[in-house]
Amino acid sequence: MATPIQKPSSPRQQLGQIVHLGLSSFLNTHHKEFSSKFQILRPSESKFPLDQFFTAEAQNTQAAICSGGFKLSADILRHLPSLRLIVATTSGLNNIDLSECRKRGISVINAGNIYSADVADLAVGMVIDLMRKISAGNRFVKTGLWPKQGDYLLGSKLGGKQVGIVGLGSIGVEVAKRLEAFGCKISYYSRKKKPCVSYTFYSNIHKLASVSDILVICCALTEQTRHLINREVLLTLGKEGLIVNIARGAIIDEKELVRCLLQREIAGAGLDVFEHEPRVPQELFGLDNVVLSPHFAVYTEGASRHLEEHLIGNLEAFFSNRPLLSPVLDDE
Amino acid sequence: MEAAIGVLMVCPMSLYLEQELDKRFKLFRFWTQPSRQEFLKNHAESIRAVVGNATAGADAELIDALPKLEIVSSFSVGVDKIDLNKCKKKGIRVTNTPDVLTEDVADLAIGLMLAVLRRICECDKYVRKGMWKMGDFKLTTKFSGKTVGIIGLGRIGLAVAKRAEAFDCPISYYSRSKKPNTNYKYHSSVVDLASNCDILVVACALTPETRHIVNREVIDALGPKGVLINVGRGPHVDEPELVSALVEGRLGGAGLDVFEQEPEVPEQLFGLDNVVLLPHVGSGTVETREVMADLVIQNLEAHFLNKPLLTPVV
Repeated sequence: MATPIQKPSSPRQQLGQIVHLGLSSFLNTHHKEFSSKFQILRPSESKFPLDQFFTAEAQNTQAAICSGGFKLSADILRHLPSLRLIVATTSGLNNIDLSECRKRGISVINAGNIYSADVADLAVGMVIDLMRKISAGNRFVKTGLWPKQGDYLLGSKLGGKQVGIVGLGSIGVEVAKRLEAFGCKISYYSRKKKPCVSYTFYSNIHKLASVSDILVICCALTEQTRHLINREVLLTLGKEGLIVNIARGAIIDEKELVRCLLQREIAGAGLDVFEHEPRVPQELFGLDNVVLSPHFAVYTEGASRHLEEHLIGNLEAFFSNRPLLSPVLDDE
Repeated sequence: MEAAIGVLMVCPMSLYLEQELDKRFKLFRFWTQPSRQEFLKNHAESIRAVVGNATAGADAELIDALPKLEIVSSFSVGVDKIDLNKCKKKGIRVTNTPDVLTEDVADLAIGLMLAVLRRICECDKYVRKGMWKMGDFKLTTKFSGKTVGIIGLGRIGLAVAKRAEAFDCPISYYSRSKKPNTNYKYHSSVVDLASNCDILVVACALTPETRHIVNREVIDALGPKGVLINVGRGPHVDEPELVSALVEGRLGGAGLDVFEQEPEVPEQLFGLDNVVLLPHVGSGTVETREVMADLVIQNLEAHFLNKPLLTPVV
């Protein structure tokens, strides 16, 4: 007997239809869990340009997962007329046109705290690496120089050093908590002074740079923070100063940073992010006083698990008309 | 103080310390002598103090060759390179540099944990080779929340624990006896500790009892996901066993600041990206080395002024 032909399940029989904007290896790894609960449209795998894909497939799509690096512009939003919710895989939302989302009544959720510990861990790892020359020392040993050249250069003690945190959000707070255990003194710069925080507040980035031995950039990238760390701030940080950036490349004027490093106007830098990723200024490759990483602060097995819970949890709640797990972002 | 007290420094360790010793004593630099035998024949009678460090100290042979030796002042906290029993027998005082380097060693231990788990050195190398393409990554291992097992809960062990706690790491330890006044989980054997932690840190003193305290059994217990951090002494770990475990993938990774035959380091480790190697820099900061040197000087001055020693071991 012939098997009855199954009608393809309509999108409304699954929990819901989602469009995945951008590329995410996380989603590929957790493909089974997602496709069992949601119908996922993947424009990045289509031969058609985005606007054609959206027009053909996504006119009724109410929810989107937006991966980091995908420019979710007003133009894209116009092609997704039914969109009501965007769940970002990142904490940073600088790639999403938030004001257009507001105009259209689209709720936006970011990754919240799920990465904060991992990002803070990398920031602290870079601080210790720079102060104690860990990557440089590792190179020294692995190239066989220790028996030939004798003792390596001395590093710098962490205890008692002044750490200036730029942006005391969920990541900044985790960085502060960790570095305090090493005996560092914490100050911060933020748009507003944070209540119930014992760290010294500076409303001026130059003042923070002038009192700090180490600056750690933990803030969001916005119009106000683009090139916040410019030549003047770097010179104020000074010849013994270090800077670590695990936020967004464009918060630092990269050309000036490279110049200051080459001219020894600052002592060193730890960078997980760059202005034009994956391009990294080649002048940095020969320097022993920099630590470079390929924007991988969130790529741990722990974060991967949390991201899956975050995405699935919020999307299930949305499609079941239950309150979302994460707060919807407003104007701050 | 009497004029021209002879002080023998056994190996180079600190130019600042040499300068300060030159000002106060007649300093002999052992490593610059073309013939040690000749040197000892000519100068042994005038040498009343030896200054050593983690690399070289005062073994039985040297002590016997210096009949006027009164004090050995070590530029280190570890005194495993000094024949303590012989010093005790002969009434020779021994001092070291505890406390002042505790924080630096603990900072380095955590730095090594982060470097290994989060692949900081490996990824730095990757970026410098121009290999970074967008979206290209490998998952690394989260550090926060991992269980840290500490061998030896002395000053350095406690400082490591305090730092790891700031990353929400549960702490467990092995020690000769359970320590009162801590909430950390005690294990009565190192194998037990290794079986129940993610990261094992060596932070105890090197004595005949603790030699090879990290052996094949412990390495097996730590396992293919476990990471070993050694900021103690090279001989704490059975080095050939460690190397084969790492090469064969039976151990997840290692961060090593010390080795059995410094400055020789097993070359099989050079190509392993899950291994971070440092040239014995545990106390290697400008600030701490100066404080250590001052402490060596203060101990020597106190001795020759018949005042109490600041940090005696014997």
